[in-house]
Amino acid sequence: MERPLRLVTANPLDQLARTLEALLVVASAPLPVEELVAATEDDPERVELALGLLGERYHEGRSGIVLESVAGGWAFRASRDAAEACGRLFERPVQRGLSQASLETVAIVAYLGPCTRPEIARIRGVAADSAVAGLVERGLITEAGREDGAHGGAVKYKTTAMFERVFGLESLSQLPRLDDLPGDVDDLRERLHAVAEQRSA
Amino acid sequence: MIVRELDLDLDAFEGPFDLLLTLVLKEEVDLADIDVAGIVVRFLERLAERDALDLDACGEFLVLVAALLELKARGLFEDEAAELSELEPEEAAEELARRLAEYRRMKEAAGWLAERLSSERDRFFRVGPAPFAPQPERRLAQQDPESLANVVRLLAAEPPAVSLAHMELRFPPVAQFLERFRALLGRRSVFDFDSELEGLSRAEQAIAFLALLDLRRSDEIRISQAAPFAPIRVSKVGQESAAVNERTNAWNVRSA
Repeated sequence: MERPLRLVTANPLDQLARTLEALLVVASAPLPVEELVAATEDDPERVELALGLLGERYHEGRSGIVLESVAGGWAFRASRDAAEACGRLFERPVQRGLSQASLETVAIVAYLGPCTRPEIARIRGVAADSAVAGLVERGLITEAGREDGAHGGAVKYKTTAMFERVFGLESLSQLPRLDDLPGDVDDLRERLHAVAEQRSA
Repeated sequence: MIVRELDLDLDAFEGPFDLLLTLVLKEEVDLADIDVAGIVVRFLERLAERDALDLDACGEFLVLVAALLELKARGLFEDEAAELSELEPEEAAEELARRLAEYRRMKEAAGWLAERLSSERDRFFRVGPAPFAPQPERRLAQQDPESLANVVRLLAAEPPAVSLAHMELRFPPVAQFLERFRALLGRRSVFDFDSELEGLSRAEQAIAFLALLDLRRSDEIRISQAAPFAPIRVSKVGQESAAVNERTNAWNVRSA
């Protein structure tokens, strides 16, 4: 039986999209557009368009693999529908939650980083050594040089791409602005000043 | 109620309150590990068991807990205690309020992250080391075999013999010093060894000392020294005074 001839108009971006797809499958960390442009030796605009095409194809509810913009690049992840099955086979990077101390420490590093352990301890009021060590071990923060100092200052830490991926952030700018977070201590301030007045009187 | 006998059952400590205070003052218990709020709760529980309010006990407890809290606060801000104490009370209050606000914001941020972590619970992705980037291929420039041969020829050449001239030590024989000291003792019955060494090299000084020991061995001289590192006095046998002789013998016995 002869098949009827069909005129297939291939999208000119198809080949590029297939190449991008392959790169994203091989990568184990999000790939920034610049790296995709360098690898495909193609035009940045065309790469963005092809990523758009892939985004439509690998979409939540449409595919088991989802393309997302995360941690300053593009990466595949499992669709949320498949999370339960994935959980039976694999552990998430931060499966066993984070303690309050770890969360506060990682928040300080995310907002003020690169920062040192003494700086973290100064804000939290307790030593940050074990919290920092735990976060480094989990790959959520990493060393980022040292403070200036004659004999090499304290090690500075910053958050990693893994941090942004685990928390599903495109970049750190997605964190709520520090000024928008309630930090009012007006009542405490008044009480502190009242004490100060008594002492200076 | 006696506050000092208040029984405590905390994570880091179990026993009466006064023992805890003693251990804290002796720095055998780290105050940072002590839950002061737990102590307050325990006191309130004991207070509630009674019908009448024990004002004396309350007063004593307030003083002790306040002292404990102050110690704990100082411990937490050890390096900054001096810095803060230089401030005026108003400035210190403002600085404390600023820090509390900073911490409260970070606590809120931590809360936001905790919520985010929970909402992104079903996020699974590949984690692993990145594949290696390809090694750039190094292309060598066109090579001339003759230049390689020249280099090898250079390596094959016999290196010049290493001169050991600087390692040869030249010093006078012991006999020279033996003669010199004997001649000296012919003229003088006593001489100062150190002054005879002036102007000599270290090697010559060592040889002179060997000569001195040689003379002593053949019992031609007596050697005396008032104290370690003091000048060494050399005297002809039979010429030294009895006292010197005795002291020298004692010195020799000790040093032997």
